[in-house]
Amino acid sequence: MMQKRTGTYTLIAALCATLFLLPGCGEQVLVFHPVGPVGQVEKQMIILSIVMVSIVVIPVIALLWVIVVRYRDTPDNPTPYRPEWSESRTLEFLWWAVPIVIIGVLGFVTVQKTFALVRPPGKVINPLTIQVTSLDWKWLFQYPGQKIATVNYCEIPANRPIEFVLTSNAPMNSFWVPQLGGQEYTMPGMAMKLWLEADQPGVYFGSGANFSGEGFSHMHFHVIARPQSDFDHWVQRIKSTAPPLTTQQYAVLAQRTIVQPMSFSTNQPGLFEKIVSQDGGMYMRRDLMKGKVNTHVGTD
Amino acid sequence: MLYNVENFASHFFVLGDPLIYGADVSIVLVSLAIVFVLTYYKKWGWLWREWLTTVDHKKIGIMYMIAALLMLFRGGVDAILMRTQLIMPNMPFLKAQHYNEIFTTHGTIMILFMAMPFIFAMMNIAVPLQIGARDVAFPYLNAISFWLFFFAAMLLNLSFVIGGSPDAGWTSYAPLAGLTFDKGPGENYYLLALQITGIGSMATGINFFVTIMKMRAPGMTLMRMPLFTWSILAACIIIIFAFPPLTAALTLLLMDRLAGAHFFTIFDGGNPMMYVNMFWMWGHPEVYIVVLPAFGVFSEVVATFSKKRTFGYASMVASLIAIAVISFFTWVHHFFTMGAGPGVNSFFAVATMIIAIPTGVKVFNWLFTMYQGRIRTKLPMLWAIAFIPNFAIGGASGVMLAVAPADYQFHNSYFLVAHFHQVLIGGVVFGMLAGMYYWWPKMFGFMLNERLGRIAFWFFNIGFYVCFLPQYWLGWMGMTRRIYTYLPGMGWTFWNIISTFGAYLMGVGFVFIVLQILYSIRYGERDLTGDPWDGRTLEWSLPSPVPHYNFARIPEVTGRDAWWTMKEAKQKGEMQPELEPLKPIHMPNDSGRPFILSVLFFIFGFGMVFTWYPMAAVAFIGILLSLILRSFEYDTDHTLSVDEIRRTEAAYGRV
Repeated sequence: MMQKRTGTYTLIAALCATLFLLPGCGEQVLVFHPVGPVGQVEKQMIILSIVMVSIVVIPVIALLWVIVVRYRDTPDNPTPYRPEWSESRTLEFLWWAVPIVIIGVLGFVTVQKTFALVRPPGKVINPLTIQVTSLDWKWLFQYPGQKIATVNYCEIPANRPIEFVLTSNAPMNSFWVPQLGGQEYTMPGMAMKLWLEADQPGVYFGSGANFSGEGFSHMHFHVIARPQSDFDHWVQRIKSTAPPLTTQQYAVLAQRTIVQPMSFSTNQPGLFEKIVSQDGGMYMRRDLMKGKVNTHVGTD
Repeated sequence: MLYNVENFASHFFVLGDPLIYGADVSIVLVSLAIVFVLTYYKKWGWLWREWLTTVDHKKIGIMYMIAALLMLFRGGVDAILMRTQLIMPNMPFLKAQHYNEIFTTHGTIMILFMAMPFIFAMMNIAVPLQIGARDVAFPYLNAISFWLFFFAAMLLNLSFVIGGSPDAGWTSYAPLAGLTFDKGPGENYYLLALQITGIGSMATGINFFVTIMKMRAPGMTLMRMPLFTWSILAACIIIIFAFPPLTAALTLLLMDRLAGAHFFTIFDGGNPMMYVNMFWMWGHPEVYIVVLPAFGVFSEVVATFSKKRTFGYASMVASLIAIAVISFFTWVHHFFTMGAGPGVNSFFAVATMIIAIPTGVKVFNWLFTMYQGRIRTKLPMLWAIAFIPNFAIGGASGVMLAVAPADYQFHNSYFLVAHFHQVLIGGVVFGMLAGMYYWWPKMFGFMLNERLGRIAFWFFNIGFYVCFLPQYWLGWMGMTRRIYTYLPGMGWTFWNIISTFGAYLMGVGFVFIVLQILYSIRYGERDLTGDPWDGRTLEWSLPSPVPHYNFARIPEVTGRDAWWTMKEAKQKGEMQPELEPLKPIHMPNDSGRPFILSVLFFIFGFGMVFTWYPMAAVAFIGILLSLILRSFEYDTDHTLSVDEIRRTEAAYGRV
């Protein structure tokens, strides 16, 4: 009887396992398939935390199983019954101490990596700056260096650190490209920096992660990473073929609409700073005056 | 003129959606049915005398529980609608606006109008009985708390058919919830309903804090209190300190919306980040307000159904207090991605992880309470056992979320959704259901059917894992929360289908709970002993249902597990202390004013929602008048004669 039941449980466990592995740890599990140093670090932290919490969770579930099976209230249960036993210094010390050690280790690494991620990944050789503005309900990417702009997609050179500077001219959103790395909020009146980098060319899914109203579900975009020379070609092509980003055009973009990807051959110098300062940018006035908004580390 | 009326009506009533027309029809039909039944069976007087005017904590507890179950149904229907919309990519079932309203009300109702009243139900029913008291410290205030909650819940639910529901998420972040981006009355409903129920919650927190500190039976020292009472004490302390920031945040946002202030706007010097901070200064402690009482229930249930003393009582108390204190230092983990800086993020990340330590200690203590015990898997114990693996996984994913760099990848994704549902359902809902099954015979005097309860348990429990485990996976696949539709080709479809199927299983589980209650009302076995589970704490020394004065004689407590000790002494044939003669009992009078006061609050709230200030002003004057009248009321209590007590006790067979 017991044998047969164990068999059934094994079967169920095996079924569950295959069910989870079937669509696989395939490429679609984005967080586990990072393509850049930031995503790599975050993936390592996720795996480390899974291992650390398992040290407690697996014994708890195993213990529960054993205890519930062994100490049932049946008339002929031969196991000991000690209704008054309720203290044990050793045991209690054990389960105060073990979690403290686990949390100590995990906490230490967390603090280390939290500080590390504020800095650009790897060596900063000629980083590229992209100014990101979340609008209702679209993403505007401006390239101050290249003097172009795009909407709802962005192209980046692979193997080069990208400094995304984030703001919003609409309710707060969050800029998230899982395969490159974790997200950061885009907030009106703030310009915050997020360092990301792609190790290899490819098309990466990105989306707005913080609810911002009716069109929120449609705020996804692609980040297309190409080799530097292809990226330069792309910039040239946009410059020669796309329409300019005029003030009227921006006013149209700022309306509450859902749009297809767009490209613009100019970027409106000063537009980004204007957006930040009009939406309560007084918190950043000091930096704006020094012309530092591009290099402001939102996290200092 | 006619045009004006039409224009008004089309904004006032929510039009154009078949689901809402369905809701309109069902609201009217249910209301008519209630009126008909009450009139036909001549029950209006009974309703008023026995329920609407009662100040008896047991009846208030029962009303809290019924309201919580109704709200669980409403929030559950919301959940089923959302899961149906998400079953397939590009599903044409709900529109964006409707979906946004549904997830907003789902969250708001489940936390504030389901979890909160459910814990208030359990504490009302059990705390005075466990500490050997005849009522709470302020019975009249207790009734006010309940009716404020009840009418706040009605106000929020009304938004569905009149004016439109709030749609900015249960967190209602400014500026999205500000006037610039959200014109309609929906957000006003949210702000006023939360504010009104918040007054009730604050009063309950103070009421039970005082009750536990001042009204314990002689001999019941703090370290002899049952762990459920301890958990309520800890929860009350959190309530008292956590609700003020919420009250302030809601008031300021309401001023932004109604009076054109600029606290949280993005223009004119407002700072929306301040709202986010203030909301979570309440919001994080809030999750401990609802989960600590669940821990308390599990402590009672595990000890009772293992026939064993609670293991590590002192550790259990210490960890409750530790959690209560640390819960105030974790709020920033809800927005690590706001860029507060690595120093701030590190502090809150580590503080959050530290909470896992006392929580883990509690889990081990529950396990070792069962170890070398004698486990009976009755319904309350079944839910308690199911809670442990569930909460272990949910807690573990919580620690994972606390790792700030990892959180950048989890935040706002379905990973987060899976985590908080796992701790809130696996912790709070399982805990409250365990509590409901445990104290049901005490409340009503009959047992709930085990068989139907077991069917419900398995549907709900298996459904839970089928629904939420895939959501962890979906989060890793990049699916963000609060999207009403998604594109095919992301690999999300398969897991969404499974998750929706799980939600349906949970729905079936809920239906079986309802069936179980209905069946047992008719066929349930009577509880004649008052102690059906072989309990350990004082509430089981009383007959079921408990007479309205609770204890004919206030018990003398000599140790922990007071009732267990008394039973053992009796079994050993030890000398029983001579019964003291009965004395007259001093009881509070029933009053209709808490009900009327809360109706006035409802009218005030409704007037404010639509900025009909004359209506709000009249109601507000009414509120003040009720408070003044109460201040000049001198006939507030009465005395039960010894004869009356003797008759009641005799009817229970206890002389």
